[in-house]
This record gives sequence, structure tokens and C-alpha cells, in this order.
Amino acid sequence: MSQTALSIKAVDKFYGPIDHGVHAVKTLSMDIQKGEIIALLGSSGCGKTSTLRMIAGFEPVSRGTISLGGREVHMLAPVKRNVAMAFEGYSLYPPLTVRENIAFALKASRLPQAEVDKKVAYVAKLLEIEDILGRYPSSISGGQQQRASLGRALIRDADLHLLDEPMGQLEPQLRALLRGRIKHFIKERGLTAILVTHDQTEANALADRIAVMEGGVLQQFDTPQMIKERPANLFTGTFVGEPPMNVFEASVETSESAVSFGLAGGVKLAYAASDFSPAVRTALAGRKNVVLGIRPYAVRRTEDGVPARVAVNQWLGDQTHIATDFAGATLVLVEHDRTRLAAGETVGIRLDPAALHVFDGASGKAISHGQELA
Amino acid sequence: METTSALEKVLRGVALTLVVLFFMFPIVWIFLMSFQTNETILSIPPSVIFTPTLENYQALITGKLQTASGTLDIAFMKNLLNSVFLSVSSVAIALVLGVPAAYAFARHKFRGSEDIAFTLLSFRFAPPLLVLLPLTQYFQWMGLSNTYIGLIWVYQLICLPLILWIVRGYFEDISADVEYAYRIAGHSWFATFRKIALPLAGPGIAAAGLLAFIFAWNNFVFALVLASADKQPVTVGALAFVTASGIQYGQIAAAIVLSITPTLALALYAQRYLVEGLSLGAVKG
Repeated sequence: MSQTALSIKAVDKFYGPIDHGVHAVKTLSMDIQKGEIIALLGSSGCGKTSTLRMIAGFEPVSRGTISLGGREVHMLAPVKRNVAMAFEGYSLYPPLTVRENIAFALKASRLPQAEVDKKVAYVAKLLEIEDILGRYPSSISGGQQQRASLGRALIRDADLHLLDEPMGQLEPQLRALLRGRIKHFIKERGLTAILVTHDQTEANALADRIAVMEGGVLQQFDTPQMIKERPANLFTGTFVGEPPMNVFEASVETSESAVSFGLAGGVKLAYAASDFSPAVRTALAGRKNVVLGIRPYAVRRTEDGVPARVAVNQWLGDQTHIATDFAGATLVLVEHDRTRLAAGETVGIRLDPAALHVFDGASGKAISHGQELA
Repeated sequence: METTSALEKVLRGVALTLVVLFFMFPIVWIFLMSFQTNETILSIPPSVIFTPTLENYQALITGKLQTASGTLDIAFMKNLLNSVFLSVSSVAIALVLGVPAAYAFARHKFRGSEDIAFTLLSFRFAPPLLVLLPLTQYFQWMGLSNTYIGLIWVYQLICLPLILWIVRGYFEDISADVEYAYRIAGHSWFATFRKIALPLAGPGIAAAGLLAFIFAWNNFVFALVLASADKQPVTVGALAFVTASGIQYGQIAAAIVLSITPTLALALYAQRYLVEGLSLGAVKG
């Protein structure tokens, strides 16, 4: 049985006077279950760090409530909230060694020294910083400082662990290794964690659920798989996924037997009515302008497809990214084999109706994903 | 590291020597003067070869000034003690008041905080003589003229803005996240201020304190007007060497040597912390 670890209810954050200052977080509500790892994903300035700092207690909440394990904490001082945090800027104490910095977080818990040493050794091994425990923050690299800061947060037995860009400074191999270990560490102990990141690979790999934020608004809060397969709106669709989703503005026409989309440059995509479910057809019938989206992995090349001109063909070592000029825009497709296509060649493109995401032309809200309504 | 030729090294050495000579000469000359009698000092041409005498120091320490027209009592040692007492207490009070205030101005932006900080700075805008006349009157009404408390209070005009503005900058340079990390680990803001903010800003506080001490020590006009002989610091006390029978250059030189000694010692002592502070500032990502 799951219990709610953190509950955020209609929280607003203004920098400056309420209702007149900068509106950084807009009416945010979300519930996080005990033992879950949540990623706040978004670009810079989307409100994810503000959210984290409000949970930690470093920023006052302008409106709304935050409850931790059932008790309202948004008016409490940070010391009374029992949360641990790894800071983006590391924030180690300069006069202390790495070992002391990590052990420092346990000071308030008054554990016996032997227990503290054991815990520090364990976390240091986990984060591969055993060899620098005796050094001072000023004499180690940014990546090492970041791991020390992460260790200081993980070692604590808090109700909630907040990790602000915890692996931004690490090299890719180490990052991949630590991701797995940290996830295991958190899960094994049943800890609840919120991770702030702009790296979607990290969010996908670590998080049980991802909260995508943009402009201070929560766009979608769902599992990584659902976010990928059923993006709630055009922003989530194009923000999550690498390379990004291809999007085209289109006019839509539905009849008894066919559904067709008119794209720029006179390109027409015609499908049989049976390619879409009746519900989707009904939803499309009343509309004129929509946005079509398709993931680069889902684009097929066929002899009889819509012609497109190859602009760039890149072999990345394990997959090919082909950028083509299609319907007045760029369409990227990904293939797993090395493809010998020169720039300027013409290929036939087929957009599978089952892989099409249709969004509302004005609001960007998803209408359908393949056969299903959004 | 660029390589330097032998010629460059020589030229650099010569240039440095010239600069050092230029700045050190007055101090060395004063130091030499303090061991000479008025006659040798005033002899033309001046000479660096003389028989050193401790007469000047003796006169200062015993408080008996021998002049051509007889013996004068001077309160130099008393003045020196006054200087030490006034400067130390002023700086101590300014630190106790100014450092927490600087922290508040650096960390907590509240309505009017900039205005208050600016008002405190503006104390230094007006020339001291402008405020002295009303101040003298107020102090007479309040019975504060010619008291240590009154002088220390007026010295806050010098020390407080200096400490507040310098220390505030140091607090602002400390990453707020270091303090947040401490607070989230289960410590109150006051513990954070004591254990994190104060030690990290320590070198800055030392530098500000030192500067305030020097300014307080060198102050002349407040003490001249607001204090009488027994409360005067050395700066005012030095006027006693201008006697009816001439200016006692030897004693003045000895007095200068004695009066710069405390500040010089303090500066040499605090220098260690200043250097330490520079290396602490290097903790960056």
C-alpha cells in the first residue's frame, strides 16, 4: 500500500510582490508516493529549481500548501522539515575535508562514531570517492565535489531527498555507472527522492515518474514510457525524445472513407478511414488546423512514399540520422543500419498512422496518439 | 609561466628597490630622527651619522619634557593609552553591531534595507567639521562631552559604516547554498551564522576591523573638539610638542614611532588571516 510522501497543492511562486512579481511557478499540484523517484524535467528557468527550493524551505511559498508525510511544512524552517538536499553548486564547507563534509550531515543524528565511519565508507565506495576522502574541497575537481555533495545528501536518513542536477559535472561513463548505483541505493532503502535535471536520459533512467515543466506550469506528470508514447501536449512531445519529434502544421479533412492531412508545399498525406479509430475520426472531424508529430524512429522509407530530399546524412556509430527537406520543413529519421545516401538524393517517406501524434493547432493539446484518443 | 631574461630580472629588482625606498624613506627618517636631539635634527646639512640618544623616548615615557624655557609636563603615555582604549572599544562595538547588520543586509532583502544601508554609508559623506558644532551642543546637553562613552559613540560614525559595507560584501560572496546545506542538515539560522558565515567571512571581518581601527586611531578632529586633555588620544596629544620655545622635532618623531607601533603590529598580525582569506576564496567549481 502506497502512502503519500509529499503533497504539493496549488503552489504559486512569485519573485517580488504576489500577483505582480515574476510568476515562476504557476498553481503546481502533485502527489509523490513513498519510495518513488521523481524527476523534475525542464529547460532553464522553467521553475523546477524554484519548486525544489520551496520544498526544502529556502524560498517562501507565495500561495498553496506543501505537506510532507501528512504534516504541512511550507511554513516551517528548513531545519524542521527533515529533508536532505544535494546542491547544484556543491556547497561543500571549505574548511572541512570531504570525509568531514559527508559525515557532517549525520552530526544532528548523534550516531556513534563507528556507525558514522561505516556509513561514510559505504557512500564513498558507492560514489567512487574513497581516494579523496582526506582532501579539502578546494583541491578536488568539480566532478569530485559534486559527488561529495551528493554523498552528503544520500547519507542522511531523511523523509525526502532533493537532488538538484546531481550529476551535471560528471563524465558520461561515470554518470551512467552512478545512475544505476544511486537508483539501487535509493530503492533498496525505500527512500523518496526528487531529482531536478534538464537531461532527459538521466530522468528516464532514474525516475519512476517524470514531471515535465515549462514556463512554471506542470505540463505532464507520468511514467517515462507514457510521456514518450502519449505526450500530453506539443511541448512534452517535442521536449522529450532524442532526436526530437518531427512536427508539421497541417490542415485536416475527414470523409466517410478517408482521412487526409494537407501539409505545407502541397504535400498531402492520405489515409484510409480504417487507419484511425471512430473516436479519433470524430475528434478530427470538427477541426481545421492541427499539428502532426512523429518520432524519428517511427518514420519509414518506402519506394512509393512521399518524396523528400536528403539534406544531411550522419552515421553516429550505431545509428544513422537522416535529415530531409519534407513539406517545407525538416524531417529527421533514424535508422539502425548504415545508410548510403548522399545529400540531394530523393527518398520516399511513409508516416505510419499508428505512430502519428495529432495535436490541436492552437492550444497544442494532444488529440490522438495513433489509434487512440489522448 | 613566462621566462624572464637576466636583464629583466635586474631591471625589475631596481624598480622594486626604488619603489620601496620611496615609500620607506619617510618612516626610516622619522625613526632616525627619534634618536636625535633637536640640534642635530635642525643642523644643516642633515647627517645620518650622529650619536643616538634615548632622551626623546625618556621624555615621553616619564612625561617630563625638557625645553629651553624649563620643564613641561606632557601626558603622552596617557594619550597613548586613551588611543588604544578608544580605538579598541570603538572597533569592538562596531564589530558587534556591524557584523550581524552586514549579514542581515547581505542575506535578507527587506523593504527599505537598501535605504538603511545607504543612510549608514552617508554618515561618511559629510565633512566631520559640519557635524561637530551641533554634536558639541548635543553632547553638552546630554553630559556626554569629555567622556569616553561620548567619544566611542562618535567614533561609530567612522567605524560602523566601514565595517558594515566591507563585511557585507564578504557575506554576499559566500554562496548562500553553503549555508542552506548547513541549515537543511538540521541547524538553526543562528548556528549557521556562527559556524558557517562568520568563519568564512572571517578574513573580511579582520580586514574591515583593521581598517576601522586605523581610521579610529588616526582620527583627530572629533577628539580635539569633544575631549579635554585627560581623554585625548595621541593624535591630539601631539599638539603638546609645539611649545612656546619651539617645536620638539625629536619628541614628535619618537611619539610617531610609538604611536604607529600598535597599528603596525596589528597589521602584521592580521596579514596572516588576510592571506588565508584569499586562498579560501579559491573554492570554486
